[in-house]
Amino acid sequence: MPPVGKRHYMRVRADMPPGHVRTPAYLRGKTGWVERVLGPFPNPEQLAYGHQGENLSLMRVRFTMGDIWGAAAENPQDTLDAEIYSHWLEPAEPPHAT
Amino acid sequence: MPHDHHDHLSPSGHPYRPDNDQPLTYWQQMEIAVREILIAKGITTAAEINAQIDAMDARNPAHGAAVVARAWTDPAFRDDLMADASAASAAMGFDIGPMKLIAVENTAEVHNVIVCTLCSCYPRNLLGLPPDWYKSRAYRSRTVKEPRKVLAEFGVTLPEDVTVRVHDSTADMRYIVIPARPADTDGWSADQLAGLVTRDSMIGTGLAKTPAALAGTETGG
Repeated sequence: MPPVGKRHYMRVRADMPPGHVRTPAYLRGKTGWVERVLGPFPNPEQLAYGHQGENLSLMRVRFTMGDIWGAAAENPQDTLDAEIYSHWLEPAEPPHAT
Repeated sequence: MPHDHHDHLSPSGHPYRPDNDQPLTYWQQMEIAVREILIAKGITTAAEINAQIDAMDARNPAHGAAVVARAWTDPAFRDDLMADASAASAAMGFDIGPMKLIAVENTAEVHNVIVCTLCSCYPRNLLGLPPDWYKSRAYRSRTVKEPRKVLAEFGVTLPEDVTVRVHDSTADMRYIVIPARPADTDGWSADQLAGLVTRDSMIGTGLAKTPAALAGTETGG
């Protein structure tokens, strides 16, 4: 667990694989911080094809609108939370909003 | 050709709907075939299927409104709801099944709104069937990019210093917004307060009604 009060930043993998993916395309390659850990859930990308789903940690990741949409953001300080499975996340440095 | 009524209005003043007499779609046929096989093989019965449909139809936003009103009047329940909304709702008698629920709370600083960009995840057990617009491509694609514009179209215009927090319900969680309790409701019972909680306020595209708006509704104004 990250120290209390310190944001644990993660980047969503930028891959665009074919098939059933439950990670929204608009968040791929974007960096946010872990809002909360939701616990293990079976991987829906395996369940979709009738396989036994491997249990993965599901995290709620919070992004700023500025980090998602850049200059096109309505209000860069507004935020978006999304549930992302851990195999789509990699540790990251805080993004430097431009 | 079916006779249609493009140029005519029904006695209620609305246009007639076109006759629904096109052939069954592939998926409609598939649903009927699977259902009939399950019944023929004794795995389920027509009565059980009807009972499930009735149970689904019985779910409606009044359940969610009762949860919100209790959160407004019972601080211990509010804390339980924020910590584990599935367990707190189940403790109130709303069986939410295997669904995992997260409650998010509107405050003077934060306004929450729910969307599901990948499909149309919705807390049906507490709010009933979702409105058609919730499933539309326009709502799903625009709410994550220009939530303030979308909210303004629903009549909710927020000051710049209120943070908008969009929740994209992409996976295993369902969400309910706990709207801010309206002013001038001191001393109201949970039952009275529940009358102020709208479906849209629990999605975040609306606010709870004010006592004045409720009075206007009751007099038909």
